[in-house]
Amino acid sequence: MTRQMTGARMVVQALKDQGVDTVFGYPGGAVLPIYDEIFQQNDIRHVLVRHEQGAVHSAEGYARSTGKVGVALVTSGPGATNAVTGLTDALLDSIPIVVLSGQVPTFMIGSDAFQEADTVGITRPCTKHNWLAKDTSTLSGTIHQAFHVARSGRPGPVLVDIPKDVQFASADYTAPQAVNTSNYQPQLKGDIESITELVEALEKAERPVFYTGGGVINSGAAASQLLRELVDATGIPITSTLMGLGAYPASGKNWLGMLGMHGLYEANMAMHDCDLMINIGARFDDRITGLIEAFSPGSKKAHIDIDPSSINKVIRVDIPIVGDVGHVLEDILKIWKARGRKTNKEALVKWQAQVDKWRETDCLSFKQEGKIIKPQYALQRLEALTKDHDRYITTEVGQHQMWAAQYLGFEDPNRWMTSGGLGTMGYGFPASIGVQMAHRDSLVINVAGEASWLMNMQELGTAMQFRLPVKQFILNNERLGMVRQWQELLHGERYSHSWSESLPDFVKLAEAFGAKGIQCSDPDDLDDAIIEMINHDGPVIFDCLVEKHENCFPMIPSGKPHNEMLLGEASTQGAIEAGGAVLV
Amino acid sequence: MAALKIKKGSSKHSAYNLRPNFSDVQETHTLAVLVDNEPGVLARVIGLFSGRGYNIESLTVAEVDHLGHQSRITIVTKGTPQVIEQIKAQLGRIVPVHEVHDLTVDGPSVERELALFKVTGTGEKRVEALRLADIFRANAVDSTLDSFVFEVTGAPEKIDAFADLMRPLGLVEVARTGVAALSRGAE
Repeated sequence: MTRQMTGARMVVQALKDQGVDTVFGYPGGAVLPIYDEIFQQNDIRHVLVRHEQGAVHSAEGYARSTGKVGVALVTSGPGATNAVTGLTDALLDSIPIVVLSGQVPTFMIGSDAFQEADTVGITRPCTKHNWLAKDTSTLSGTIHQAFHVARSGRPGPVLVDIPKDVQFASADYTAPQAVNTSNYQPQLKGDIESITELVEALEKAERPVFYTGGGVINSGAAASQLLRELVDATGIPITSTLMGLGAYPASGKNWLGMLGMHGLYEANMAMHDCDLMINIGARFDDRITGLIEAFSPGSKKAHIDIDPSSINKVIRVDIPIVGDVGHVLEDILKIWKARGRKTNKEALVKWQAQVDKWRETDCLSFKQEGKIIKPQYALQRLEALTKDHDRYITTEVGQHQMWAAQYLGFEDPNRWMTSGGLGTMGYGFPASIGVQMAHRDSLVINVAGEASWLMNMQELGTAMQFRLPVKQFILNNERLGMVRQWQELLHGERYSHSWSESLPDFVKLAEAFGAKGIQCSDPDDLDDAIIEMINHDGPVIFDCLVEKHENCFPMIPSGKPHNEMLLGEASTQGAIEAGGAVLV
Repeated sequence: MAALKIKKGSSKHSAYNLRPNFSDVQETHTLAVLVDNEPGVLARVIGLFSGRGYNIESLTVAEVDHLGHQSRITIVTKGTPQVIEQIKAQLGRIVPVHEVHDLTVDGPSVERELALFKVTGTGEKRVEALRLADIFRANAVDSTLDSFVFEVTGAPEKIDAFADLMRPLGLVEVARTGVAALSRGAE
């Protein structure tokens, strides 16, 4: 049965057929027909954001916390250009989102019309794929195709640009089942020979380590389950990138903590000294590898990734496996079990002893003394008081983000939303709104720095309007903390423009929007204040005044290998050489 | 470099042999990329090369299957084996790309290019130009009393050689199409 409808109605129908329940958007001239259709239905909730960047980050937060595709709707011109940062963020972190943008009518394209921008051209390098829907008859098929591309293979952002005349014109609607997606079907199953080779290496390894990333989470809940089974059955230590936190529980006995530039001592040392590294769904990012020439020099490396271009891009590996993490883990377990569940037990005991020795360094220890709150202490208390809640954490970008990754424990996947690849300040607040839309009764906390948070503070209006009780936990050091830290270590303590002057009174700011503001500066009041934040039924801005000059450790300085970490202030003198200073 | 083989039609299935011997020697490779003939597909391919800092030495593109809406892009590129691997993997990732063939490693292939040369002159030089054109099996597709336009087809090296010979004989302008290439044999 064919159904005639307008392009605008097709958009809404296609979203419904794709199972979309929430759209984050902002209206404008070129999307008015779509907004008219949204007005006349009740199946899809539209969240009116206050800036299009907020819409895309919210869609990302929604996607990361549910495993579903997030959707944003923006108008032409500035609406689309404001979406660019969010698209790029989603591209670097492999987050499935569909952005629908309005465009000037087809007959005006190229005429420098009002609010015209070459959206498809601008977003080509920051999307997985994009389309200009020139014809109503193919519009619905294109939208279904967009969802397919966003969620298949290595997930990512896509954009469909829809001219206004295409929204007004009528044509037959194409249902999702009728769309041919055979032209884009990434390989899911890994090569069995390579998997067997990996299992053999795993059986013999004396000092193996699992190095996991966001790919495990993107692969779905089953992948995390399989990972846990494999890690616990083999007893091999596991570390994870920033993006992969929660795939293996922080309370698990083989957990080493996060690795990388601000990773834990035991995690980085294990990576450096291992003889078998099993990379599952991570991409040897420069935050992870440090100095490439000295990266884990003695190890055999296996790499499981659904994207063949990730393999051998940065680090040359010995056992490459192209496939979906879940499928490959299933095969690894099957083959390992069939071969008699062997591991090199004697060697593993020694390796474990070595790991425990590294753990004794207690690299995250700090002293909370005096009347000023240490940021680490604030997060330690936040963890203690919220870990038993049904909790989701988002972050902004900077020192607070690293401390959050270090001091908060994640027991499950999809509970941790942070801008890893792009490092987008301003991500966390709108992301927390997206998460809360998907999980109305959960505790959603955005761990923020005051500078990052201000970048998208307008979304407080969104949180109020939609009664989203997101908690904004701001570690306020009146500094761009991470910038300040680098200036201290690299630029002779010349703190060029890295302080936050003329900050608002965050309590009054909250009140101006009708939200609750809490300020806390005394460590003795902190617990009560956090409990007050948790218990308040509505958005809260928590202004936590913390030590202004705290640095984030451990730290692998730029241009250094994993085993040359800085563990505290005492080790920073002359730690970064001129050669490392050009790196970011 | 030894081992890299891309099975026919395998780019979308990503079944690359990912274990080549890496060296730091710069190699020139000819890649044939089959794509959906849709708006922007060439921009995607070129954007990939410029965005990631890869080289393009020659690029040709035209529709080769009208009914199937498929175009063939032939790219001659230069890089270390690791970079060439990356280029192929990155090309394979573009959604409208169906197949990526590395004609340089897939086996013997034929590479051809068409070029037009405008040569001006009179007297002995003009006669010599015509004589050389005959040796290169070039056709004179336009002639006036003091000029020729020659059409030459061949491997890029042949075109280069012809250009070198014509230069002292009054070469004033060259237009080249870039390389078109196919693997030899029935496959």
